[in-house]
Amino acid sequence: MTKPIITKEQVKHIADLAKIDLSPHEIEKYQKELASILEYVKKIQEVDTKKIDFKTHVGVKNVYREDVPTESLTQEEAVSQAKNKDGYIIVPTVITKK
Amino acid sequence: MKTKNKLKTEYKPVIGLEIHLQPKTKSKIFCSCSSEYFGKAPNTHTCPVCLGLPGALPVPNKKAIELCMKLALALNCEINKESKFDRKNYFYPDLPKGYQISQYDQPIGKEGFVEIDIHGDARRIRMTRVHMEEDTGKSIHRGNETLLDFNKSGVPLIEIVTEPDFSSKEEVDIFAKRLRQIIRYCEISDADMEKGQMRYELNMSMRKEGEKKLPDYKIEVKNIGSISVLQKVIDYETKRQTEALEKGEKLIQETRGIKDMSGVTLSQRVKEGSADYRYFPEPDIPLMSFDKDIIEQIRLTIPELPQEKKWRYVNEYKIEIDTAEVIVSNKSLFTYFEQVLERLKDTKLAQNAANWIVGDLRRLSKKYNVKINESKIKSVYLAELVELIDSGKLRSNVAKEVLTKVFKTGNSPSQIIKESDLGMIENKGELEQVVKKVIGSNQKIVDDYKNKNPNAIKFLLGQVMRETRGQADPIVAKQLLEKLIK
Amino acid sequence: MKNLYELTIKEAAELLKKGEISSFELVQSCLKQIKKVEPEIHAYITLNEERALEQAKEIDIRRKKHEKLSDLAGIPYSAKDVYCTKGLQTTAGSKVLEGYIPQYTATVISKLNDVGAILLGKTNCDAFGFGTSTEHSGYGVTKNPIDTERVPGGSSGGSAAAVQYGGGLFSIAEDTGGSIRCPASFCGVAGLKVTYGRVSRYGAISYASSYDTVGPIAKNTEDLAMILEVIAGHDPHDATSSNEKVQDYSKLLDRSIKGLKIGIPKEYFQDGLDEEVKEIVEKAIEKYKSLGCEIKSISLPYTEYAIAAYYVVGLSEASANLARFDGIRYGPQEKGENWMDIITSSRGKGFGEEEKRRIMIGTYALSAGYADEFYKKAQKVRELIKNDLLRALKEVDIILTPTMPVLPFKFGENDDDPLKMWLADAYTVTLNPSGLPGLSVNAGWSKDGLPVGMQLIGPHFREDLLLNFGHKYENEK
Repeated sequence: MTKPIITKEQVKHIADLAKIDLSPHEIEKYQKELASILEYVKKIQEVDTKKIDFKTHVGVKNVYREDVPTESLTQEEAVSQAKNKDGYIIVPTVITKK
Repeated sequence: MKTKNKLKTEYKPVIGLEIHLQPKTKSKIFCSCSSEYFGKAPNTHTCPVCLGLPGALPVPNKKAIELCMKLALALNCEINKESKFDRKNYFYPDLPKGYQISQYDQPIGKEGFVEIDIHGDARRIRMTRVHMEEDTGKSIHRGNETLLDFNKSGVPLIEIVTEPDFSSKEEVDIFAKRLRQIIRYCEISDADMEKGQMRYELNMSMRKEGEKKLPDYKIEVKNIGSISVLQKVIDYETKRQTEALEKGEKLIQETRGIKDMSGVTLSQRVKEGSADYRYFPEPDIPLMSFDKDIIEQIRLTIPELPQEKKWRYVNEYKIEIDTAEVIVSNKSLFTYFEQVLERLKDTKLAQNAANWIVGDLRRLSKKYNVKINESKIKSVYLAELVELIDSGKLRSNVAKEVLTKVFKTGNSPSQIIKESDLGMIENKGELEQVVKKVIGSNQKIVDDYKNKNPNAIKFLLGQVMRETRGQADPIVAKQLLEKLIK
Repeated sequence: MKNLYELTIKEAAELLKKGEISSFELVQSCLKQIKKVEPEIHAYITLNEERALEQAKEIDIRRKKHEKLSDLAGIPYSAKDVYCTKGLQTTAGSKVLEGYIPQYTATVISKLNDVGAILLGKTNCDAFGFGTSTEHSGYGVTKNPIDTERVPGGSSGGSAAAVQYGGGLFSIAEDTGGSIRCPASFCGVAGLKVTYGRVSRYGAISYASSYDTVGPIAKNTEDLAMILEVIAGHDPHDATSSNEKVQDYSKLLDRSIKGLKIGIPKEYFQDGLDEEVKEIVEKAIEKYKSLGCEIKSISLPYTEYAIAAYYVVGLSEASANLARFDGIRYGPQEKGENWMDIITSSRGKGFGEEEKRRIMIGTYALSAGYADEFYKKAQKVRELIKNDLLRALKEVDIILTPTMPVLPFKFGENDDDPLKMWLADAYTVTLNPSGLPGLSVNAGWSKDGLPVGMQLIGPHFREDLLLNFGHKYENEK
């Protein structure tokens, strides 16, 4: 049997790198789907790209800003979309009962 | 016999440093929020870009890049003519985009060096790279809450990475101080450690003395906020690692942190292989290309650097190495010193001037909390002072008093001398009076002199000098004594 | 007599200028239509009714004072929900941004606001642009107004559907791999994918940073030209935006295209192309011949690799662009024992299936050990695909292809295999990696009354040429 292009372990690892919580059922599902997708996209390896040196997709270079400060968001605006307290954005951790 | 618990000198440290420095810009690196956030209320210096809001885009700050290039040149780096930003991908609550915009394989500067003097020998510490990146926000862990403040997010950082060229904490100390001087000379940053503008990361391992190969592990200690703590950490790690190695333990790649200023390090995470940052070129920022002219323009803004300056003082003006080192370490000192050099009619007096500067003037400056070059003692006055001493018109112990008066009043030394009558006694008659008085009150010694005791004249002369508070010309005084005793 | 919501921008602008209708009436007409049609079609996620009517009143007052106003003043429009609109919910079609009220407005929306165009609301789309049918939205599907059993196309399905049924006279959508052209084709309207950098991306929620383009969907090319004149141009907030001069596109629509060469790539007319679509597009080619154009067969040999290369680079960038959705500064937050748990469960719960698939492919393609074979390789293949097109555009003035290989498909048709959906992008995905502009105009209707779009491709910054060709075709009907 040929080794699958992506294993369940790899799916777990990728999900960990991407910080996405997956259930065991999801891991199985995505393993199949990702394998099929990767089998397809790996065809790019057939292409001879020896002479190609990809640098960038943008035509221009050296785009900068002058060092001039401007107004920021107010504190209220900055934290308005998050859990916040005293001007800080807070990440509340809870101990879940096991 | 008491056995001393002495560390075997078998192991020597191998040290590399990473330095993060906030360059002096008015705005952040990828947005126009003010970068002067220190001490301000949380989340008052943020915008869609540095807060990582959906749809926001980065635009690089020209000044930040110029300062990075300037520092790279000052560190003798080669400037990469083609440079770019890259995304370094990882998750942390204070990293709003889930990636940090940094530089990966085409940093602004690479392969440089800094020359330092260790025990009279010149050593080159090699710089691997100098690159530009953005700082993260600040996270404060409080009980079961983490408080996040994004004021610091997006503030520019220059990262300097050295090769593992240090083999002692002394070298690290000298280098760190020299680097800070270079940074201040070039006006890259105020390098104020208390404001978090500069921090060190230590990469350290131990190897057997004489071993040339690099050890297969390295301990990283992050977030060190001062040179003195850096020293303590090196001590602590030297002891800890040596003990472990002597016990036969295998040390592996590890990241450690510190929780206070004692130098004690604590394990944070064990690196089994490195984190996968999945670096790729930042697609939102066009490439940077630096032509020869731009690089030259920036290079021309670099002033004479401390190492150069020090050796110029030593070679051209015969200043003692240690004195020169002190002077170059402080901008007000060398600015003042160079002004004085211009005023001196004869630069052979340079060492004298230097001594006054590093000695009494420095003390006065500290006492009255005013920089020497901003004080009332104009450079022309110090020049005048040393010249007066050299020509014999002012005795050095009286000179101290004169100096202090000049410092406080801003009047010239000649003026002070005239007003306080601190000059040499010009009036021969006045001196004769004193000599007669001394002869009169020291009859016994006079008799000794007459009996050909050679020490007698020294004593009598000493008395004359004391009476005149050093303002007598000793040669003239001696002549008078001899004449009047007869 | 047309209903007001059936007017083109050009027609409405004329009537507004003459004072024959008011903006308030126009907006009201669209809102009425929206109320009528939305329960079935669901093109909108969020409506901006009150504010829209207020703005309409303000414009009418200014017009009465004889203020000189833009042609777009008082014209109601919708915006795909990937554009940040200060004070108005913006979700990118994903649950991970449910309830997010942006603290700032996208440049394109500000520009339209400044000329007095009136935002009616935010339209539905595949989350983050990840889709070809608007079936992957966290807020339900949008139905094709022409045939409600069929998809409107994607990812800007809501935008195209709204324009088709009159819920606004135009829409600002976004195209990363065909997301404007596909729904324009499936809904029988016109859509323009601009040259990369032509319109500012600031405030547009990113999918693939080097592919994303901001562009209009409207009833015809003339309307597209009027919108483009307002939204195009350099933006200091977007370092990738171009300084290329913005042309007077509406003045360049009527130029003669006689003698100009149209290239027909043979690879686009092979297996996989629906017969009816082929027929209709071939008829369109004939029409261009009758307009005096020269038709030339060309070859784009790297076409077979386009989808693969497109996805590898695009999803790599997307995986990083979506890392900011961690539930901490905005978006719904799940509970957790530590910050890592909070982030992983917020993302696990908020992202839909297609989002998770794409993020994982992108993460894989950049990961240690795979980055060379996937990400880096794909970037190189991208260059070859781009060079194919640039080479062809030296031989011909414009390239013509069907926009989609199929007629608008039925809901659920591509459910069993995610890859199948991706392959439907075959004709549109080549443009975004190359940065070239592409226009989709309606070419005709199938025997069942389904729309077929044709795609016109031109050189960088030649939107004027595309609109010219499209306009000539439309007027020859």
